[in-house]
This record gives sequence, structure tokens and C-alpha cells, in this order.
Amino acid sequence: MSSLAARIGGGALLVALAGTPAFAQADFTGTWGARYQEDFPERIPGPELGDYLGLPINASARQFAESWDPSRITLPEEQCRVHVSPYIYRGPLNLRIWEDRDPDTQELIAIKHHISTYDQTRTIYMDGRPHPPEIAVHTWKGFSTGKWIGDMLTVTTTHIKQGWIRRNGLPMSDKATLTEYFVRNGDTLTRISITKDPLYLTEPLVKSEDFVLAGRSLGAGNFLYECHPVVEVANRPKGAVPAYQLGENTFPKEFQDRYKLPEIATRGGAETMYPEFIDKMKQAK
Amino acid sequence: MKMRIATLAVSAVLACGVAPDVSGQARPNAAPPAQNPGQQNFDNVQMQVLHVQGNVYMIVGAGGNTTVQAGDGGVLVVDTQYPQVSAKLLAAIRTISPKPIHYIINTHMHDDHIGGNEFLAKAGPTRPDRAPIEAGLGGNVGAQTTIIAHENVLNRMVVNGPEGKAPGLWPNETYFEDQTEVFFNGEAIQILHQPAAHTDGDSIVFFRRSDVIATGDVFTTTMYPFIDSARGGTINGIVDALNRIIDIAIPDHKVQEGGTMIIPGHGRLCDEQDVIEYRDMVTIIRDRIQYMIKKGMTLDQVKAAKPTLDFDPRYGTDSGFWTTSMFIETIYRDLSKKK
Repeated sequence: MSSLAARIGGGALLVALAGTPAFAQADFTGTWGARYQEDFPERIPGPELGDYLGLPINASARQFAESWDPSRITLPEEQCRVHVSPYIYRGPLNLRIWEDRDPDTQELIAIKHHISTYDQTRTIYMDGRPHPPEIAVHTWKGFSTGKWIGDMLTVTTTHIKQGWIRRNGLPMSDKATLTEYFVRNGDTLTRISITKDPLYLTEPLVKSEDFVLAGRSLGAGNFLYECHPVVEVANRPKGAVPAYQLGENTFPKEFQDRYKLPEIATRGGAETMYPEFIDKMKQAK
Repeated sequence: MKMRIATLAVSAVLACGVAPDVSGQARPNAAPPAQNPGQQNFDNVQMQVLHVQGNVYMIVGAGGNTTVQAGDGGVLVVDTQYPQVSAKLLAAIRTISPKPIHYIINTHMHDDHIGGNEFLAKAGPTRPDRAPIEAGLGGNVGAQTTIIAHENVLNRMVVNGPEGKAPGLWPNETYFEDQTEVFFNGEAIQILHQPAAHTDGDSIVFFRRSDVIATGDVFTTTMYPFIDSARGGTINGIVDALNRIIDIAIPDHKVQEGGTMIIPGHGRLCDEQDVIEYRDMVTIIRDRIQYMIKKGMTLDQVKAAKPTLDFDPRYGTDSGFWTTSMFIETIYRDLSKKK
């Protein structure tokens, strides 16, 4: 449901923004605070297990999620796992943006984002450099290049690590690519993202988020994120990876029952993004 | 990370040129037609050179990835790809260093990792105290290059028949315990044996100062792990090897990536997190099949339950020398063996 709204709203917004006359500036520098009204249940309390509504996932992604046991992130090597660039802007975060400019020419080299969650600094190269070859390392934020379309910043990102479409186990593969559009309207910054994952998504996934310019710069403590893994479960066999056996995860059914939703809706898929699916849900009930 | 790209394009990154045998029966080390290097066109293969960090580089061409450590003392090479591309591989190494190749380390005995041994060994140093021996077990059969591998690699190479390899490819320095070591270019290098994993002769190579691990084929980014059961490979050995890599690797805690860099047997450059994802995948599939075996399910029933469905888009294939079906079969038979 949330992604359906984002898709429709995001599409309309893109069209509208692309045709908007240029403001006096396209300067995104500053400190921004996220606003969470959009898709609040998913973004702040967090998605419920088994909630795949409105996501264009395939059967492989669904099996991945239904096998995923949240206890996985109690493993020391996975406790500090970072959200990837397509997902991290959804969560609670402060965002600081600045520019790297050539000291001699003042040409724009890169736009930098520091994201408080997981203390991540992201570089968006603006100097026309190519993306690295496929054999290069993939990172949480990927390799990003940007260009202006009027006052709208368009960012293309490749080389992203495996991550989440939704942090209830729905995977995003390391073959995914991300296209983003950043637009400033006064003190509001809007980010629209289109994630394409040839392995786990059957259609592009469109989402949006808004940020509001902070009246004053936030101190360092608002941006630091300390994560030091520890052993949380004693005597766990070495190498154990918590996971549900196939067909034995009861949480998807719990979510379905709590919200009295038909199974075909909770299991997601591209058709659950579109208005016509409402009729199918009614028939399924 | 500083990145050095000698060549951006590669026409083919060829997978392991060996034939798996899920029956457990020994068979010739000749690949099926689709993977037979003799039928592949190597003319268009181009080498990609990537500076990893410290003194270590990664070269992707035809066959397994090659790792190069270079410094004032010379060059050390881990795995030498197919013989058909040896000249190109040496040319790529020469873009890193003009110095002699003092050491070659083979992570295992498959053709796509040892094929250039003899050719590259001829680029070894001149050492008057070590006259070359033209042939013979334990001899220096190339120039003056020391070729290091686990003992089981040599044992499998020296047999008569199709499994055997030409003497020029043989390692001339083997180890039979759990590790050996080299100190070269101011760097401690550990060569760690991983028993019964991809084969029975696997080594992973840890460059301690550069903080880079060359894994051989116990870890790849291109397919499900090839468990060469005919040559001593097992699923639990693969899992153990992946966990050992995770134990050694340390990410940059500030950003939870980078730190120790990982050069896989095939595929792109990685760090610890990529190995964790792969370890999780392998462990989950193993545990599923083990669970199904305990429930009394037959191999056909296990296959019908699609225990790899969630990972198939990333690692699965229905064609080639190592299909998803063969992967499942191998695990099933491996775990069904009476202990």
C-alpha cells in the first residue's frame, strides 16, 4: 500500500517537478531532518514480518524473506550491518550535505551526504567520471554519479552491496541499480528513488522521502553512530546462521490475520501495487 | 580506494574448467564442451588489473582470478589462469612490476588456476645457488620460481593418466600441515589449508600487511560453490572455509565495510560482508537439505521443494558444468553419507 502511494505520488511529482521553472538556487548544502509522515508504519516502528504489500517482488525474494529469521542480526558479524543507499533514506536519520569543489577552479567535483544512521558518508561525483568496471568492489552506498536536469539533481548508482528492499527480510541483490531525483522547494528537500533489481524485483520500485532544512547546524553527536559487535547469544554453535526452515515461519500468517488481509495481498508482487488489485482483494475475501 | 584499471573490457570471464562428478567417482579432469578451454576462443580475452590495496593487485582474465603481490623484492603470484592466456597474464603482471616472479602459489589444482605455472615460472629470478632441474618431483622445473601448493595438489598432478598434469605445472614446494608461510616484500603471507572444501588441496592466502585474502574457489561471486567431490570436496568443508575467512577478515568498524579485502576465486573484488552473505546462503541451503534428509525426503523430493529458490537468481543456472541441480545433488549425497 505504501509503495503504491509512493509510486503514484512519486510519478506525478516527477512530472510536475521536471516542468517547474528554476528556482534561484539548486544548492542542497546544509543540515536536513527527515519527515516520516509518508509510510510512517514501515519507516519508524518498522515493517511487520510477513508484510510484503505493494512491493513488486518475485517468488525468490518471497522465499528469502520467509526464511529470514531476525535473530540473524544477533550474529556478531551482522550486528552492525548497514542499510544500502536505496533503503537508508527511509529510516530515522539526519542528513548533512556539502560540496567538494576544486580549490583552484571552484568547479563542483562531488556532492557529499553524511547520513547519521550508521555514520555513512556518500559521495556523488559530479565531474563526469565513469563508473568503475564490474569487478570493482561493491559498497553500502555504491558508486554514484550525478547530473543536473534544470534544478533537479539526478543520481545514478551502481556497485551496491546486497541489502534490503524492506527490512523484514526482503532482499535487494548486489545487481540492483538506483536512480534518484533530488529537488529542493524552499526548505524542503524531496528525494525520489527508483530501484531496479533484475534478480528480486519484477518491476522498478519507486519511493519518496521528504527532508526539512534545520534552522541551525546539528552538533557532532547527532551524526555519530557507534556500533561494536558483541556476543549476544552464548554457546551458539560456531557458524550457525539462524533461519526458518521452508514453510515453518508462522509470522506471515500472523500479519495476515491481524489485519484481516487475504493471503494474496500480504505476499506482495507487482499486481499489489496497482488500484485494480483492490477488486481482487475483495473477491479473495 | 585507489583503483588501477589497465583494461576496462573483458570479453569472457571463464569459470572453473573442470568437470564435477556428483557420483563421487573419479573422472578425467576434462571439462564438458561448454567449459572446455580447448574449445574456447581465448583470442579476445583481455586482462583487467585492479589495485586492491597495499602491495596487492587482482587480475581478471580467463579462468580463476589471479592475485599479484609486488614490491622491491619482486613478484608473487597466486593462481595462473588457463595456459592459453599465459602471455597476456604475464603482460598484465608487467604493468604492475618488471621484476622477477619469485613465487607462485596455487590455491588448488584445477586447470584454470594452474595453467600458467610453467610459463610464468620462466620469468623467475636468477639464483646461482639454485640451478634449475628440468623435471622431477620436488624439482624446480621452470626457471627459479618457487611454486607452492598443498601436498594434495601435487599428489593429484603427478598421477599417470588423464588426471595427471605436465611436470612443468607441478608445485615444487608443498606443505602437508595446516599452513605454511612466506615473508616477501616486507610482508608476512600465510598460506592456510582448508581441508575437504572445494577440493582436498585448497589453500587461502592471507597477505597480512596489505590486509588482503585470496580465497581460491572456496569463495566465488559467480555461482554456487563448486564442490568437487571427486577430488575430495565437501559442503561442510566449504562452510568451514567461509567461516575461517570471516574470522580472519576485519571490516573498517567506522563504516562496516572495506578493511580486509577479499579476492574471490572468480568474480568481483569483495570485502568481509560479501563473504558473510555467501556463507549465509551456503549454510542455509545446507541446513535445509540436512533437515529434509532427516525427514526422510528423497533427492527428487528435495529438488521439488526448491531449497535454493531464494538464491537461484543470483547463483543458479540450468546449464554449464555446475548446475543448480548438481549443487543440490552433491550436498544431498554428501550429507547422506554414513559418518
